Amino acid sequence: MAAYIVRRLVWVIVVLLAVTMITFAIFYLLPTGDPAVRFAGKSPTPQVLEEVRRQFGLDKPWYAQYWHFLSDLTTGDKYGWPGLGFSFDTRIPVREELLERAPRTLSLAFGAAIVWLTLGVTIGIVSALRRGTLLDRAAMGFALFGVSAPVFWLGLMALWLFAETGGGPDWLHFLPGTGYVPFSESPSEWFTHLIMPWVVLALLYAAFYARMTRGNLLETMGEDYIRTARAKGLTERRVVFKHGLRASLTPIVTMFGMDIALLVGGAVITETVFNIQGLGAWAVRATFNQDLPAVVAVVVVSAFAVAIMNLLVDIVYAWLDPRVRYQ
Amino acid sequence: MPDGEVLLDVSGLSVRFPTSDGVVNAVDDLSFQVRRGETFGIVGESGSGKSVTNLALLGLLNRRAANIEGTALFKGRDLLTMPPGELRRIRGKEIAMIFQDPFACLHPMYRVGDQLVEAIRAHERVPRRQAAERAIEVLAAVGIPKPRERFRDYPHQYSGGMRQRAMIAMALLLNPDVLIADEPTTALDVTVQAQILELIDRVKKEFDIAVVLITHDLGVVAEVAQTVMVMYAGRAMEQGPRQQVFGKPLHPYTWGLLESIPHVDQKVSRLVPIEGAPPSLIFVPPGCPFHPRCPHRFGPCDQKRPEFRDRGGGHAEACHLSADEKRTLWAERQERFTRAAV
Repeated sequence: MAAYIVRRLVWVIVVLLAVTMITFAIFYLLPTGDPAVRFAGKSPTPQVLEEVRRQFGLDKPWYAQYWHFLSDLTTGDKYGWPGLGFSFDTRIPVREELLERAPRTLSLAFGAAIVWLTLGVTIGIVSALRRGTLLDRAAMGFALFGVSAPVFWLGLMALWLFAETGGGPDWLHFLPGTGYVPFSESPSEWFTHLIMPWVVLALLYAAFYARMTRGNLLETMGEDYIRTARAKGLTERRVVFKHGLRASLTPIVTMFGMDIALLVGGAVITETVFNIQGLGAWAVRATFNQDLPAVVAVVVVSAFAVAIMNLLVDIVYAWLDPRVRYQ
Repeated sequence: MPDGEVLLDVSGLSVRFPTSDGVVNAVDDLSFQVRRGETFGIVGESGSGKSVTNLALLGLLNRRAANIEGTALFKGRDLLTMPPGELRRIRGKEIAMIFQDPFACLHPMYRVGDQLVEAIRAHERVPRRQAAERAIEVLAAVGIPKPRERFRDYPHQYSGGMRQRAMIAMALLLNPDVLIADEPTTALDVTVQAQILELIDRVKKEFDIAVVLITHDLGVVAEVAQTVMVMYAGRAMEQGPRQQVFGKPLHPYTWGLLESIPHVDQKVSRLVPIEGAPPSLIFVPPGCPFHPRCPHRFGPCDQKRPEFRDRGGGHAEACHLSADEKRTLWAERQERFTRAAV
């Protein structure tokens, strides 16, 4: 198992290299305009432009720039490790901004994940066990709502109803408005500020997970080994929660890993609605402003998240399903 | 006729599934008794109600989806009306069941040993270790080589025959009185089939239990059953001691079945199938359900349902033909059959 993990980690590095290279290539090969022009301000003289290009290394060929980027990334630059350079747009070191923004997105993604996992799986189980009842229909109705409601609409409605600054009934205004408070500053503020974004973001996923859990569990409960479990006289509770759930949760693990990984790249809409200056909002802005160092930073983080979550999923999967282990 | 104590006494069992297309009459007014020490074979085509009968007895049908009538006394207690909790304590402990496809019947994500231990501990408060020891003993008893190592294996590491052995071990763990085997050999290779049948026969004797053997394979029943029940469209067509049913079959459907099995010793170039297909269980033909496919049908067959009656010596059947007519017809058919063979 250890050898397997090491082998996979080497692959993570290969993937990261490929991803950064592609990002670089896209940036230089696509006609997006010259970042030096943006940076040099209004009506720059050719001398200023030349100087800016030289300072940023934009005068060198793209592979030289890529090499420079790689060596900075691995050995660090004057702003520390990992060296990500400084933003063409804000002129702040990218590393600093990344460290500022990453905790916001991570808080949002993992908090929401906990909410949707608990909510979705619970609803799915209840729905499957009470198939066809009013409860099941209500749950699936909720799921449909969750899938169809756009996040920005849900977010705005939540703010209107529950935020101090919202326009809804006063007695419901028990949560602070938008923004983000670092955990280190005030854990309770951090929590209350994040409740709404968590739930809003989680609803969409919870809906998917509820439907998937329900479907999987219903299918599993029709398997022959469930009949065996009943035939040997197990209690229904044990049949469902031990034999049924174990088999129906494995596909959910896969989905969960991928969903989390993608969210680490930024939940742009949720971040925007709730004014959480996370990675998503940053990525969007950096792309619009041709801020290559920032774009590359976000891409590296996202790719890293995807690769690592993939690895984790495979490890958990092998643990859950012995048939995978022996292949 | 076996003379052991009656363990299972089913009478008037009917199972109906109301569906949006109509009511499915899966089992219709079925009665039979199973005694200790005998193997009771239930034969029939797919969809004849064999499996549903036994799932109904053990409460393994969704009670909301199935409409079950009749009584099924197990040692004097009615399985069909007892509370689910009480039935659960009988399942696996007093009546054990094994199924057709051992590939699908063991949970793929748990070790075989753990699944056995779980079966013991569902019924008895014993420490894990002790339960494991017993499980290993029984694995050895059903012929699993190196049971102590195999105990820790997952089902996918077992061969098909070994899985069915493991299922049998699981069934025997708690010394049940009745073992219901639902097509236990259908999914296995022919050579393994024989081993499994032999094993079932051996444990029946060793553990002094009753075996209900469900199969579509007349050959299997002929080999191991003492009593045979032939089912068609959810009803019993013929029932009796094996020698009677195979030697002097009384029902045209049984005749058809017997003619359709290949014999190694007779040089039959062509098998004789029963014309037509089994009926829909939603629209069961009126009268005798077999009459549309029966070459000997006459006046009352499509009108009146023939009574399932004992014709002497525990040999019962449901057909309107008189005893004399049947004797002549069967003799004729046999002659025709052998002549066609030569």
